[in-house]
Amino acid sequence: MKYTYYPGCSVRATANIYQDSIDAIAPALGVELEELDDWNCCGATAYMSVRELMSFAISARNLALAEKYHRDLVTPCSACYLVLNKTNHYFNDYPEMRKKLGQALEAGGLSYSGNINVRHILDVVINDVGTEKIASLVKKKLKGLKVAPYYGCQIVRPEMGFDDPDDPKSMDILIDALGAETVKYSLKTKCCGASLMGTEEKMALKLCRELLADAERNGAHCIITLCPLCQMNLDIYQSKVNSLFKTKFKIPVIYFTQLIGLAMGVKPEKLGMKRLGVKVSGEMKRIIEGA
Amino acid sequence: MAVRIGVYICHCGTNIAGKVDIAKVVEFAKGLENVSLVKDYKFMCSDPGQALLQKDVEDGLIDRVVVASCSPLMHENTFRKATERGGLNPYLFTMANIREQCSWVHIDSGQTTDKAKDLIAAAVRRAFLLEPLTKREVPINPRTVVIGGGIAGIQAALDLAEAGKKVVLVEREPSIGGHMSKFDKTFPTLDCSACILTPRMVSVGQHANIELMTYSEVEEVSGFVGNFNIRVRKKARYVDSELCNGCGACWEKCPGTRVPRKGNVHEKLSLGPTTPIYMPFMQAVPAIPVIDTETCLYFKDDKHACGLCAKECERGAIDYEMKDEIVEFEVGNIIIATGFQTFDPSVIKRYGYGEIENVMTALEFEIMNCASGSTGGKILKADGGVPGSIGIIHCVGSRDKHYHDYCSRVCCMYSLKYSHLIKEKTDAEVYEFYIDMRCFGKGYEEFYDRLLTEDVRFVRGKVAEVTDVPTCKAEEGKLIVKVEDTLIGNVRRIPLDMVILSTGLEGHATLREIAKKCSVSVGQDGFLIEKHPKLGPVSTATDGVFIAGACQSPKDIPDTVAQASAASSAVLSMITREKIEIESATAEVDEDKCSGCKLCNTLCPYLAVKFDEEKGVSVVNQALCKGCGTCVAGCPSGAISAKHFEDRQIFAEIEGIFSGL
Repeated sequence: MKYTYYPGCSVRATANIYQDSIDAIAPALGVELEELDDWNCCGATAYMSVRELMSFAISARNLALAEKYHRDLVTPCSACYLVLNKTNHYFNDYPEMRKKLGQALEAGGLSYSGNINVRHILDVVINDVGTEKIASLVKKKLKGLKVAPYYGCQIVRPEMGFDDPDDPKSMDILIDALGAETVKYSLKTKCCGASLMGTEEKMALKLCRELLADAERNGAHCIITLCPLCQMNLDIYQSKVNSLFKTKFKIPVIYFTQLIGLAMGVKPEKLGMKRLGVKVSGEMKRIIEGA
Repeated sequence: MAVRIGVYICHCGTNIAGKVDIAKVVEFAKGLENVSLVKDYKFMCSDPGQALLQKDVEDGLIDRVVVASCSPLMHENTFRKATERGGLNPYLFTMANIREQCSWVHIDSGQTTDKAKDLIAAAVRRAFLLEPLTKREVPINPRTVVIGGGIAGIQAALDLAEAGKKVVLVEREPSIGGHMSKFDKTFPTLDCSACILTPRMVSVGQHANIELMTYSEVEEVSGFVGNFNIRVRKKARYVDSELCNGCGACWEKCPGTRVPRKGNVHEKLSLGPTTPIYMPFMQAVPAIPVIDTETCLYFKDDKHACGLCAKECERGAIDYEMKDEIVEFEVGNIIIATGFQTFDPSVIKRYGYGEIENVMTALEFEIMNCASGSTGGKILKADGGVPGSIGIIHCVGSRDKHYHDYCSRVCCMYSLKYSHLIKEKTDAEVYEFYIDMRCFGKGYEEFYDRLLTEDVRFVRGKVAEVTDVPTCKAEEGKLIVKVEDTLIGNVRRIPLDMVILSTGLEGHATLREIAKKCSVSVGQDGFLIEKHPKLGPVSTATDGVFIAGACQSPKDIPDTVAQASAASSAVLSMITREKIEIESATAEVDEDKCSGCKLCNTLCPYLAVKFDEEKGVSVVNQALCKGCGTCVAGCPSGAISAKHFEDRQIFAEIEGIFSGL
């Protein structure tokens, strides 16, 4: 299965462990990701509310570049996923916008017909590769590992079609397939604070505290996520949450691709496990190393 | 003899004349072939308008009539009758629709005038080829079947029975009574539901003119108005209704259970015994228990080891070998009164129903309030404790484009009733989370006013979610309702002990099936479609099939009872007529051309085309046929023709349309 790959800026910087873990497992899953040549920033979510046309044009350039390959465009980042899909939606469903974007692309010597399917890598892993295949690749049993699946807000809302917007289950199924245990996590689609961490830090930290508290309350050994921003807020800022709210959270927050890698028996350093903010310890360490 | 056509052009006030140049159209019509006279009038449907054409027919001036006015749906019958009064066969009249299909839908008045001309030219050509058709009458069987034994079915059956007519009342459940039998109090009067319902249920059970079939389902409906054939499956109760006296010895000794054995208070809610052999509730009619074979130990176990109820029954009424029974009978009319089911809120994940304890549906709360129910009418939390605060969430599944667009009409009022009951029975704080308060009925607004003084907190806003994840000490161990309070412009988190979801009403799961059997359509909203939304609220597109109650739209009890009485009076008017005229413009199969492919048999929405095995051809049942023309268009051999809509008549019309080009 070959896809055009749109990494987005995060996995090449703050979230490079996400990229490492994707690289480590993709060949075994039979997923070939060919990076889109000359891709640019997706425009990110905030830009759309500031300069609509400009942000859509920036984003549409990627879609136009991808079109010549006639393959699905896959991204690991929830924000990129949302922005590229939103651009597609505006391009296809609003004739006025389509016209303007067409002109903007033309000025850059490009054109787009609106036929690129933008997908998140979780969608590819669950629905193209399938849990049956994933289960067959499991070498290390993660029996006893309690995992809270955290989807964040952008992956399923607005309704993108590949999972239930209120109660997504893709990672729940994945955790089962890997032999670990999904804990109840009713905040699975709640906001992590996103970029508020840069502007309204206290507010964002409070949201992170709630997510961490619910995971701990439900007995999770770790949280898995699929979004670079969610991972950063919950992982890197966990110590700040602790010092502000006098809490003692020590919950590793890892990418679902890292969990797949661990179950497949990939060495932790190849998955970037050593570069986490909150290191794996205690029961989780015992299960991963012991198994 | 030459055909003489009279053309009458209606101004419809300014509806037509404001857009169509009547004088030009009159001049045009005068020049058409076979037209003897052309007249125009302000309102053709008025008495003088009708008299105009009637007189011309009487005087022998014309022998075909064309009225150019509105849609045939509106006034075809009016002008047919006027034509007939003049002494002409009513099928020698035809209509040109120059209002809905012309003046109302075009802007340029030059174009509308031209289009009116074309439409009249078409109608005139069609009129030339019209044939007289004979009216047909069929007798009406005075017996009626009422499907559904809730308050709607009960009311309709009693009305008919009191008028001396025979009724068969078919109910799916073991007892009649429907949803109303599950209520403790009714809004806004707060009178006891059982006290007003039970006497009527008893009357149904005892009435000489009512044959009651409970635990029964209609399997097939065939025939046509006045002469329906009904086939009913009487499901096996495993209790002989002739022998049983309802003493209760069977369920008192029964060791099984229909509810989770270790379930909490909410999971064990029930009105009657929770054993596999049970009466749905104590006032059940008939007062005969039924065995639920899913949970009965005798049926569960291949060796049939239990059999305790049979041993306990002194009258030997338990019969494990009982089989379903098929009963067939004939009726003249059908009243569908299958009622509603409540929306299943578990699909709204955000509200936590089925996931979080102490989130319950309105219907569960009704049962909890019932004095004869499993809590004795006490309002309790799942763990049996007394709630200190309760929230009621309105519009769950209603007024929501993800579920049902419509307003369910009863939820505001029953929610107010709950607040009142909670205040009466407990010291709990009560919150009502509403979008709009819709208190439209008699005494409803007054009831709302009264509740405003009963210390109930009204929060205007659609609830975002119900969660059990606390963010502070005060929320621990509570359900938290997250809501935007639109009156203060803030998002609030309100910790509560219990949440009631005011679930909306939807057509019963079996409604589509029943509708199909009776050839009645189901609307986009999932309810049955009445003949006319204003002027035909109880009849349907199928003659002899009437509807009453919540199967037509969400309704409260007063409206349901009113509609049920309306349906029974419509049926009575049919029965009193003794005979009914049926559609003359029907389809006919040319047996020589029919290849016997049976395509038309499946196409007919009225189930009027059947296959004659002996002759090897399809035959149209003339009494059932509505003349819709589906089979005519579908027949690959061109073997079916529709009277009054023959091919040559339609082609002449098309030629007329293009004659202006």
